[in-house]
Amino acid sequence: MHASSTAQPEKAVLSLVNTREDIERAENALMAALTRFGYADAARFAVRLAMEEGLVNAFRHGHKNLPATTPVRFEFTVSAASVTLDIEDQGPGFDPAKVKDPTLDENLEIPTGRGLLLMRAYMASVDYLGRGNRVQMVFKPKPAA
Amino acid sequence: MPPSGASRLRVKQNNGITQVEFIDRNILDEANIHQIGEEITGLVDASPTPKLLISFANVDHLSSAALGTLITINNRIKGRKGQLRLANIDPQIGEVFKITKLDKLFQIHDTTDGAIGSFT
Repeated sequence: MHASSTAQPEKAVLSLVNTREDIERAENALMAALTRFGYADAARFAVRLAMEEGLVNAFRHGHKNLPATTPVRFEFTVSAASVTLDIEDQGPGFDPAKVKDPTLDENLEIPTGRGLLLMRAYMASVDYLGRGNRVQMVFKPKPAA
Repeated sequence: MPPSGASRLRVKQNNGITQVEFIDRNILDEANIHQIGEEITGLVDASPTPKLLISFANVDHLSSAALGTLITINNRIKGRKGQLRLANIDPQIGEVFKITKLDKLFQIHDTTDGAIGSFT
């Protein structure tokens, strides 16, 4: 059964370290909330991909010079109207303007730098907050045809 | 999911073509992606002019890190004057290739047979 459009949003705040167990625990909680609100498979694919990319950026880049056990704060809010993901690392911050466009012919063979592109492609908005160590992404379902 | 340390690939040799399939449905975990890259690199390096076909038949999700590994493999194969083909890509993952414009970099075929027939 799907939650109705008037159901209260579901929110969770999790502290994650860079292990597959922690990331899957968060992913399972998020996907369960999407299921309860009746999100379709394409939406689940999009949100999961954005979450994975956001967490990889936080751990791999944000926490590059920090101990491996440094946690990332992950918050999600799911309602019938939107899914908001909020990922905050403890690193020095990130300037998205410095990321090269990986879709240019001259950059196609560079193996890195596609996470942000995918997050922006699948989410309605992607904003870096604070010193650039916090990314907030919003997914909006397409209206039914 | 295969046990830790086990191969993450199914590999078949077919008339000089190395066919690879993934065991994992989700190619997301960095350690697994690293292992996949190492295993495929070993296959590429085993042939002077590798012909490699990677099938995504069982894959539901992949990350940009997995795309990066594919690009690294492609660069290595090109350096050895070999050929790489991708096949059986689910439409949702196909969209990821289109968004990143990697559908221009890789030769992607709907089926394994189509990919095999395209090697020269």
